[in-house]
Amino acid sequence: MKTRQEERNEKYLEYVKSISPKSKMWPSLLWAFLVGGLICIVGQGLYMLYEHITPYDALGVGGLVAVTLIGIAAILTGLGVYDKIGKFAGGGSIIPITGFSNAATAAAMEHRKEGIIFGTMTNMFKIVGPVLVAGVALSMLVGFIYWIIWLF
Amino acid sequence: MSQTIFLKNPAYIVGSFSVAGKREKQGPLGTTFNITEEDEYFGQNTHERAECEMFKMALEGAIGDSKISEDKIEVMLAGDLLNQITSSSFAARDFDIPFIGLYGACSTMALSLAVGSLLVSGGFVKNAVLASGSHFGTAERQYRMPLELGSTRPPTAQWTATGVGATVLSDGAVKGSPRITAVTFGKVVDWGEVDVNNMGSAMAPATADTITRHLRGTKTKPEDYDAIYTGDLGILGSKILRKLLKDEKINISKVHRDCGEMLYSEKQNRTQWQGASGCGCSAIVLNGYIMGKLQRGEYKKILFVATGALLSPVSSFQGNTIPGIAHAVVIEG
Repeated sequence: MKTRQEERNEKYLEYVKSISPKSKMWPSLLWAFLVGGLICIVGQGLYMLYEHITPYDALGVGGLVAVTLIGIAAILTGLGVYDKIGKFAGGGSIIPITGFSNAATAAAMEHRKEGIIFGTMTNMFKIVGPVLVAGVALSMLVGFIYWIIWLF
Repeated sequence: MSQTIFLKNPAYIVGSFSVAGKREKQGPLGTTFNITEEDEYFGQNTHERAECEMFKMALEGAIGDSKISEDKIEVMLAGDLLNQITSSSFAARDFDIPFIGLYGACSTMALSLAVGSLLVSGGFVKNAVLASGSHFGTAERQYRMPLELGSTRPPTAQWTATGVGATVLSDGAVKGSPRITAVTFGKVVDWGEVDVNNMGSAMAPATADTITRHLRGTKTKPEDYDAIYTGDLGILGSKILRKLLKDEKINISKVHRDCGEMLYSEKQNRTQWQGASGCGCSAIVLNGYIMGKLQRGEYKKILFVATGALLSPVSSFQGNTIPGIAHAVVIEG
């Protein structure tokens, strides 16, 4: 049995939801696709370039591309450009590796004023921390499953 | 029982001052602020120190405007949004005035006016100085994400105003000074909103409650006021408030204005969505724009209702709903 208060709240929140503006899905998707795609094209371009000018194999070149993109995103964050891209690109600039770099750099910059150790170093992974934890935990899980399968 | 407090001896507003940031300057009320600063750091090295500096500027400005010497001011009432209200208390150490820190989230300007006017009206102090303010950078850091993070703001979000407003109350009138004649303190009201990006919805029920109680307590109608100003409900929150009051058979549409809705231009709100919020929002609109209108005699009587959302980052991460509060003061010109 719902109390009168719960009923009132439910009705109220329903009303609020009905008049709250929603994010425009199609323009958001389009921008995310364009910007996300552009970042991937830059990555592919760098890959082809590095294949030519460096002596490394596919794994090494892949690593170089990632490092370059991370570096560019960190610099753009420092220059105050990346957050402006993120405002309209949304997931398009958050999901690629550059978004990871942006989140770590932004947190590091924000907390620089509290000192190198307790500011920058403590808070740098405040936002990207969950990604790291999930990555490590899931790879352990997958590794374990892999190991069990190979037992038989 | 009426919960409105009538002030037999009104508290006179003898000094006011507003300090605002660049974005507020670019808005439609930009020319009504006493000082606007392009530098978001206000010459300091952190946003937190900048906020403190704004408090000092506003307090000094208001005291100067009142022409009452600092040693004749018996109490300072101030508050801000930061943990342990450091901006206002740090600013207070540079003044030779006893300090009472207040926390009412974004309702602090009305809260300080209400408490201050009671102290003055009751004859406990002759003069009091009040201040309330916020800074975009410090509020983002405390409540949301790092500034340079490339994230999108949901369309129900508001933008924390950078600015501090200060007021001096006195028991003696200066010619033409507006006066506070009645006060209705707010109740904490929670109708279950959990979305931290929809503050208007969290605060509207509390605002509707305070306005309803105030109008009933004073036996007045919305039309008896030249304007009813709410603090920072924003565009969406204002819409919700008008609907909630309509359900109570109160129509405020003709006289209602919202400081959060007014502070930025339509063009600015295309990226800031529902308008301004923060302790500074209603404080600078009151001490800039509204005070000007009162002093020029364009307003005879207004109701000022600053609104606050009483959440903390911890409370919202733990899944709590967001309670709201709104305090109302009647200012007569």
